[in-house]
Amino acid sequence: MKTIKSPEELRRLRNEILGRVHPKGDGTNEKVLVRVHSGTSGLASGANEIFDFITLELEKRNIDAVVIRTGDMGYCFAEPTIEVTLPGRKPVVFGNVDRHKADEIIEKYIKGGELLEGILPVNYQTIE
Amino acid sequence: MSQYRMQIMVCGGAGCSDLNSEAIFDNLQLEIEAFALENEIQVVRTGCFGLCGLGPVVRVMPDEVIYTHVSPDDATEIVSEHVLKGRKVERLLHKDPVSQKILATEPELSACKKQLRIVLRNCGIIDPENIEEAIAANAYEALAKALTELTPDEAIKIIKDSGLRGRGGGGFPTGLKWEIARKNQAEEKYVVCNADEGDPGAFMDRSVLEGDPHAVLEAMAICGYCIGAANGLIYIRAEYPLAVARLKTAISQARQYGLLGSNIMGTGFNFDIGIKYGAGAFVCGEETALIHSMEGLRGEPTVKPPFPAESGFRGKPTNVNNVETFACISPVILKGADWFRSIGTEKSKGTKVFALAGKINNVGLVEVPMGTTLREVVFEIGGGIRDGKKFKAAQTGGPSGGCLTEKHLDTPIDFDNLIAAGSMMGSGGLIVMDEDDCMVSVAKFFLEFTVEESCGKCSPCRIGNKRLHELLEHITKGKGAPADLDRLRNMSRVIKDTSLCGLGQSSPNPVLSTLDNFYEEYESHVTAKKCPAGQCRDLMEYFIIEANCVGCTACARVCPVNAITGERKEPHIINPEICIKCGACKEKCKFDAIIIH
Repeated sequence: MKTIKSPEELRRLRNEILGRVHPKGDGTNEKVLVRVHSGTSGLASGANEIFDFITLELEKRNIDAVVIRTGDMGYCFAEPTIEVTLPGRKPVVFGNVDRHKADEIIEKYIKGGELLEGILPVNYQTIE
Repeated sequence: MSQYRMQIMVCGGAGCSDLNSEAIFDNLQLEIEAFALENEIQVVRTGCFGLCGLGPVVRVMPDEVIYTHVSPDDATEIVSEHVLKGRKVERLLHKDPVSQKILATEPELSACKKQLRIVLRNCGIIDPENIEEAIAANAYEALAKALTELTPDEAIKIIKDSGLRGRGGGGFPTGLKWEIARKNQAEEKYVVCNADEGDPGAFMDRSVLEGDPHAVLEAMAICGYCIGAANGLIYIRAEYPLAVARLKTAISQARQYGLLGSNIMGTGFNFDIGIKYGAGAFVCGEETALIHSMEGLRGEPTVKPPFPAESGFRGKPTNVNNVETFACISPVILKGADWFRSIGTEKSKGTKVFALAGKINNVGLVEVPMGTTLREVVFEIGGGIRDGKKFKAAQTGGPSGGCLTEKHLDTPIDFDNLIAAGSMMGSGGLIVMDEDDCMVSVAKFFLEFTVEESCGKCSPCRIGNKRLHELLEHITKGKGAPADLDRLRNMSRVIKDTSLCGLGQSSPNPVLSTLDNFYEEYESHVTAKKCPAGQCRDLMEYFIIEANCVGCTACARVCPVNAITGERKEPHIINPEICIKCGACKEKCKFDAIIIH
């Protein structure tokens, strides 16, 4: 852990991080990126269980992936929600994810790129 | 990697479903099967694309083409042209009404989307417990810019010019607030973030703190630089344990990276942030009460002036802003005042996050530019009313606000329009009510909240609200008289005019606004002793229709107070004197013989 001593160092660090991880998950990621939305409403609907399940199952099924916890996106009506970004593809958000659905997402979408019911498309624009 | 060569997504959001997107899905499926392409082409239903005005929409992947205003009959052409021949169906593409340019793909169409995320830009995207993800998403860049390229006065000018107004409820211009705090000389000043968020139904501040805590920390540091403060404090309710935990992590990571603490980024600027916990009292969202609570005193408001900008925390100049306000700061600094001014209405710039709750399909957070209409928020983004019921009203501003009715559906939502409509922006809770909600009970519910939350310091609020609540209680119990309605109104005005702080000054608003908009409903409670929405238990009467009753005795057996009598195979009767209106009989009756009056 280093201390940032100037604005230039901040920018250098940013570029370095961007080379390592892809926080925007825009498809330039090399590994499958799974975001489990774990704010209060996500957690209240079982996001922790889904996080554990996905982490464990991806490992069991030998899929090289990064699974992270984030805050909520505001889709309280469909929690728990997870976002999956396959390399070279746009992120896809799935709603109402239980263990069964998570299993289906791994088998069908992550392994085969097949879309499933329950997708929440990006219904907003955002700033850079 | 995909086994499918093409995927067709059909929007199944509320707007598109109403326009028969289900039939489009079926027809596409049939067409695909007719050409035996089901192993190559996948058709899938999705949630809302946010393009409700252009619906029903169909998106074809991987081409990313979006077809708008699609009818079920268009399925044939989409399959025969696009899927088989790879040619876009031109007539179904969206044409920009002004430039006549065809907008076919998702990025091109994104400007047609109703939601714009500025405050929620990183929520759900970054890992809030990893500062590196925040840095990669441009966090602390605005702070770097402010510290190296802008003087405090220049930075304040940008905020002032942007037209940003406080998102906590009052709508006071943020830049002006900073300027006043800057002008007041003192050896110590404080920046306070109000994360008390007491409105029932509002949770946008919690989401921001849980999803993107660094946005708030960075903005507080910028504020500290502008007003000349070295200390920041976040006042947060202890009921938000996750937000507290993530804030703590974020603060300690920011310190480790040298983005908080002394000599930030080598510029010589010192700023650190601490956390103060609140016990969750509504009145502590009021800035003077909040400051007293932070000082360890009772959370009671005091008369302004002096404003916190002159004499706040420990008697020093203090600038208090809400979480959502702070979350707007970095984009404004980075993208400039003109950019922010270009969003929103004349006097309300930027976006507002609303927490949709109540009888609405898509409960959750939405962020829309100021000036978006209530209809767009409720029926397009919010997916409409649950179970296809009729929209009755939407409460904005929580217990301090008022209700908006059908006639306000097309009013652009901003600070001033809401006040003109008898409500207020508040912190952005939006509770939607349908035809089954009794407006007298709604007013009573909010009053109950204020009675509970009144700090008791001034008598109009302490006693007046209590009396107001009692009157409403009487009315909903059928004991009200027509004269009570005038008393309600008069008492409300007195409480508003004479209360010490914002809590009391606004607490009668739900009563006044429901009286204005739903006077007939109050009238029917006090004159006919009937609740039109069928909500007020004491005004209901259970009644057995003689013709439908077969005398099975099921109702009499289930009645807990033995209010139902009658011989076997003879019609039964309910004794209204004994009946407690529990509804058990109605539930049990198989012959629809029991009705509610």
